[in-house]
Amino acid sequence: MTVNFFLQNLINALQWGSFYALIALGYSMVYSILMLFNFAHGDIFMVGAYIGLGVSIGLLSLFGTGAAAVLPGWVLLVMTLLISMFLTAFVGIIVERVGYRPLREAPRASAAITGLMIGIILETSNILFLGGSRLKFPQLIESTTYNIGGVFVTNKKIMIVLVSIGLMLALHQFISRTRWGMAMRAMAYDYVVVPLVGVPMNTIAAMTFAIGSALAAAAGILFGLAYPVLDPYMGVSFGWKAFVAAILGGRGSIMGACIAGFMLGFIEIMTVPAIQIVNRLFSLNIGSNLRDLIAYSIVLLILIFRPHGLFGQAYSAKLRL
Amino acid sequence: MEETLAPKQTGGLFHRVGLFFKPVPLLGYLLGFLACAIWEQSAGEGLTVLLGLPKMPVLFGLLTIFKVLAGIINFLIKGDAFNWATWVYIPAALVYLTVIYLLPLAIVARAVVKPANALARFLQRFPLIVTALVQLGLMYAVLHVWAEMSDYRLIFLKLTLIAVLFTLSLNIINGYMGEFSCSHPGFMAIGAYMSSLFTVGLFASDKVLGEAVFNVSTAYLTFPLALIFGGLMASMGALIVAIPSFKTRGDYLAIISLAFLFIVKSFFENMQALGGSRGISGQPDWATLPVIFITMALGIWTINNFVTSTMGKALNAVRDDESAAEAMTVNTRKTKMTAFLFGAFWAGVAGGLLAHVLRYVNPAMFSVQKLAEVLAMVYFGGLNSVYGSIVGAVSISLLGEALRPLEILKWIVIPLLLILVMIYRPTGLIAFKEFDVRQVFGPKEVE
Repeated sequence: MTVNFFLQNLINALQWGSFYALIALGYSMVYSILMLFNFAHGDIFMVGAYIGLGVSIGLLSLFGTGAAAVLPGWVLLVMTLLISMFLTAFVGIIVERVGYRPLREAPRASAAITGLMIGIILETSNILFLGGSRLKFPQLIESTTYNIGGVFVTNKKIMIVLVSIGLMLALHQFISRTRWGMAMRAMAYDYVVVPLVGVPMNTIAAMTFAIGSALAAAAGILFGLAYPVLDPYMGVSFGWKAFVAAILGGRGSIMGACIAGFMLGFIEIMTVPAIQIVNRLFSLNIGSNLRDLIAYSIVLLILIFRPHGLFGQAYSAKLRL
Repeated sequence: MEETLAPKQTGGLFHRVGLFFKPVPLLGYLLGFLACAIWEQSAGEGLTVLLGLPKMPVLFGLLTIFKVLAGIINFLIKGDAFNWATWVYIPAALVYLTVIYLLPLAIVARAVVKPANALARFLQRFPLIVTALVQLGLMYAVLHVWAEMSDYRLIFLKLTLIAVLFTLSLNIINGYMGEFSCSHPGFMAIGAYMSSLFTVGLFASDKVLGEAVFNVSTAYLTFPLALIFGGLMASMGALIVAIPSFKTRGDYLAIISLAFLFIVKSFFENMQALGGSRGISGQPDWATLPVIFITMALGIWTINNFVTSTMGKALNAVRDDESAAEAMTVNTRKTKMTAFLFGAFWAGVAGGLLAHVLRYVNPAMFSVQKLAEVLAMVYFGGLNSVYGSIVGAVSISLLGEALRPLEILKWIVIPLLLILVMIYRPTGLIAFKEFDVRQVFGPKEVE
């Protein structure tokens, strides 16, 4: 019973953590190149989810639904993912061009403010154009539940975890195998000298934003499949939490961001059963809505004892402020 | 080469207006505003009728103008019906603004140059406190007369003054010390809750906190105690952020402070003894305009003294290079600790005032939105500057109110404006400027 219970929660935590991990990757990549955080990233996740909604509705009307369907659901899903990732990448490029490129030499805090403000503009434009009501994400694939030894798993959960891990591996391959990836690594190593030897700084920065935004869009669509109600402020809480994950992993560390994302999901999901167990053992009555408090206290403790995150390197760089 | 030519070429209208008002001391402007406020009390009503405005403009006519603009925008975008007769309100509001405010201000301020300068010079012979008290008293009189006209103005003014205090307290940490602290709404929340606990718990009967312990009639005197209690509790909370700041800074401190904000919010949401997510309401109506004004003046005074003291210089040294500061015998730990506790104290006091102005407090008030708002005020106004915080808080509050008729569009206009300010003046409008009280209150000497 308890093992099943644990496994059940572990699967939920994996799903929840994969959203965080995908979003945190965007924060971490931008940080490693430009040494600043893109605070509009949470809202790019929201925009990605809405673009995914639009694309999937468009595809469904083109290729039909239900019995009249021309193409199977998973083909539509893959198409939705690819098209929306491509479109959202442009949103990222625009954000970089408008909000970050003019401020590259400015104090980092100023760029943080522009990021926050672009986020507010994205939320507001969404309300302005779509009317602020919650929208339902269309279900592209039929949900089936498998019972594996008492643990209930839906095909969506498996798909979400697999797709996000696949995207992470693809990103890893891109960064470690291609010339562009090499340029990004070089830029992350030293962003002052590397442009001098002919690496195009602006292209690399725009590309980083594009890749991060595409991953956020993927996270948005997967989120839409799992929790099919979208609202314009969904990016705020998710964005900040993923930001916490990115820092927790060590700023600029890609692997750290993935692992910390899954870890944060794990902490958030696992505190609820943990509280139940503690309540049962000591016959207490702690409310399970203390989740955020406990999760962030754990994050705070980790950062107090490992001030540079889990995989970050301690270094004493002077701040640009 | 062009730079040598530029000043003469730009000497246009603005330059001449600037020269015209250059010899006016603060005292002159205060007298001018007082004249405006009194003039509005006597003539505002009549002029409103004369100009055919539906009701008297409360916020310098800005609200009236933007209401019409919002109507036109709605007509263009959504095709809502728009009464074209109302567009005359725009020129009417501008006339009102000119006749009631701009003209009397210009005339009086310019006319009293000599006596005002003489008075300022006379006052300077006494200790600084005398000058300050006289001019602050006059400033309060202006605000009082201006706010008397409507309740809307009163609440707007109260919230703006609180925002000034709150912004300034954040500027200590983000501007003078150069950290990116996100925890300030958390400090404000602690201050608001703790002072409410003090006042509601002891002096008012409430569903959540039970019957009143003390009699209300003597309680007014204890409001400062409640504020100080709230501030001290916020300082205690600040220890959670201040102690990690010894070892870490920059992004990690930002995240620690952000985690602190989430923890505080979640804590108050889950404390059923403090009303849970509904919060505490029924605070006594003690945060009147004079109370808020005095608290704000005290806050600006102490914060300005703090940042111009040796400790303040140490703060700047820590910001610019921590290891160099350490080498120059600056006790960085003590400096950081003091700055955090001091900033948090005033944030807590601002929170206490806010709770007693709105007369309710709940965790949702201290969310990430509040953080974005106060960060915008600090960075818009200018880092490392008392002037900047005052300008930032007042202009963002004024802008927020004036653009209210635009409804949701407001949240596109204000962020765009901030982005532009950040691109063209990355440290804010008035950054790194010392606030010299003697110079502000003193006479303007023009040769």
